[in-house]
Amino acid sequence: MSVESIRIPARQEERAVDAPVWQVRVGTRLSRVAAVAGIALVVVLAALPAFASRNLIQDLIFVFTMLTLAQLWNVLAGWGGLVSVGQQAFVGLGAYALFAAIVMAGLDPVAAIPLAGLFAALVAAVLGPLLFRLEGPYFAIGSWVAAEALRLICAQFKSLGGGTGMSISPSELSQMFGLKAVQALLGLRPAAARDVLVYWLALLLAVLVTLGIYAFIRSRHGLALAASRDNAAAARSVGVRTARIRHLLWIAVAFATGMVGAVVYLQKARISPDAAFSVTDWTAYVIFIVVIGGVRTIEGPMVGVLLLWGLVTYLAQYGSLYLVVLGTLAILIMLFMPRGVWGAAARRWQVQLFPTQRWLGRSR
Amino acid sequence: MSGFDTIIEGVLLGGVYALFALGLSLIFGIMRLVNLAHGDLILLAAYLVLSATTALGLPLAAAALLVVVTMFVLGFVLQRLVLERVLGDDILPPLLVTFGMSIVIQNGLLLGYGADSRRLQAGAFESSSVTLAPGLSVGLAPLTALVTAIAAVALLQLIFYRTSLGRAFRATADNPAIAQLMGVNERNVYAIAVGLSLAVSVIAAVVFGIRASFDPSIGPARLLYAFEAVIIGGLGSLWGTLAGGIVLGLAQAIGGRINPEWQILAGHLAFLAVLMVRPRGLFPARRT
Repeated sequence: MSVESIRIPARQEERAVDAPVWQVRVGTRLSRVAAVAGIALVVVLAALPAFASRNLIQDLIFVFTMLTLAQLWNVLAGWGGLVSVGQQAFVGLGAYALFAAIVMAGLDPVAAIPLAGLFAALVAAVLGPLLFRLEGPYFAIGSWVAAEALRLICAQFKSLGGGTGMSISPSELSQMFGLKAVQALLGLRPAAARDVLVYWLALLLAVLVTLGIYAFIRSRHGLALAASRDNAAAARSVGVRTARIRHLLWIAVAFATGMVGAVVYLQKARISPDAAFSVTDWTAYVIFIVVIGGVRTIEGPMVGVLLLWGLVTYLAQYGSLYLVVLGTLAILIMLFMPRGVWGAAARRWQVQLFPTQRWLGRSR
Repeated sequence: MSGFDTIIEGVLLGGVYALFALGLSLIFGIMRLVNLAHGDLILLAAYLVLSATTALGLPLAAAALLVVVTMFVLGFVLQRLVLERVLGDDILPPLLVTFGMSIVIQNGLLLGYGADSRRLQAGAFESSSVTLAPGLSVGLAPLTALVTAIAAVALLQLIFYRTSLGRAFRATADNPAIAQLMGVNERNVYAIAVGLSLAVSVIAAVVFGIRASFDPSIGPARLLYAFEAVIIGGLGSLWGTLAGGIVLGLAQAIGGRINPEWQILAGHLAFLAVLMVRPRGLFPARRT
């Protein structure tokens, strides 16, 4: 399957005869196998709550949400060149919007998730033009300042717990959309059924975001984005509206990030400004996942999140030491394996499960 | 007189922020590197000074001098071994490496020193004050901070515009390739710049550590204040950075006077307001 279907005749006079034609290709035979395997994996994962333990389900919620955040950061910073260190802003805004919708407006939590995403996107749309005035690396710290300002503003809302935060009681969540059905279907108690529901939501988000980014990167808009990153002036000269594509990407990423924040805090059912806007939890881990797995690949964040999950099991009990190890690992990878674990492997063995590069070859 | 007090407090606070900002401004100006670990390196310096005074029993001034030398060497080595490998057209690698360093230093300090608040002991100096005018007395420590900041800016200006090292800095900042053709050793210039940045940060750490208590988690906030001072002041101007620090200090002092919870937020909002109204800062360098 090829997204680009531009066919360029090799030579003028060859056009008449049945001559070899140049063709831009993205897909490979392996990528078609990977697509089928991917669908099978998603089906298995969707059916998992029927026989998996509650612990595994909770672990996988962590894996799916971190994977989604990593994919989003990867498209923003890796492909788009918008190196944000302030993505915790949108996790926090999504989480706070969810709590506000449940506590103040009495909305159904599941219905509140897309609203939380919209709220994050709205704030991103306002902040974007301001932060884009900061060039390149300064944008990174600027986004961090914005996240800190939003954290302090959220701490001002006394009805949402102020600086210390608040909890949602289980009774408020017991009428949640779909909860009774899950309870009946799997024979679970409300708390466990809520985990399963959140698990499905997290899986759905991870699949949709990954597919969406994959399709976007392979489209002409993805190419335009990469061109804006590599050389904005040259991209503009061939008709790419660099400012607009970056602004739209920034808003779209904030929308999805806000929904992830809402899903994460629907499971936690307890919020505080320091936790919801934590740079360590929502940006540092995410960056480490992408760097270790491989920047600018779809597979990289998947590999990275699995490695992180593996390390959590062994090292999380040591707290600070865990972060020292992860940070050191990320620095070493950046220095000696800048393409990350997956990027290096893909280069060495020429495998691409989700190819995003374009190859020019002769068809037939 | 409470309004006047607030202004004095803000200006004095601004001196500390300007000191935070100088090191950041220095290496961005020369090598276009944004060091996300800047705040945590300031904290590392503060803890090293603390250890030199408590474990080695040195007086504060001697400890500070020792750490200035240590941090200069650390900066030089850091540039040569780590940062040099990632500097280039792609902005992602240097940002990610310095962000990684920030997390490693912060959590390393937490492992080494624990989460308790610490403070540098400066004896009677901490609590003494001077009377500037009848009815107007200010703490000696905050005043020293501001005077130190002014002296540091003046000294850096002198280095930049009156020495051969400064000429090499400016030449490399303008065009590294041509500077190299003229016999400037680019690698050494960059390494000295990072060393100098960390040495200035030690001064910032000492001045800050006497005034306020610190713990390992506050590094990133120092980075943000430093950054805000640089942007408010305008890129490429050291005196502008000093002015930016003072504007930030004033905003925080005024916000804190209205409501103590708003102190930090007021600083951030002032930064965003400047970005909205004057994106090139209040006192930008004339040439870009």
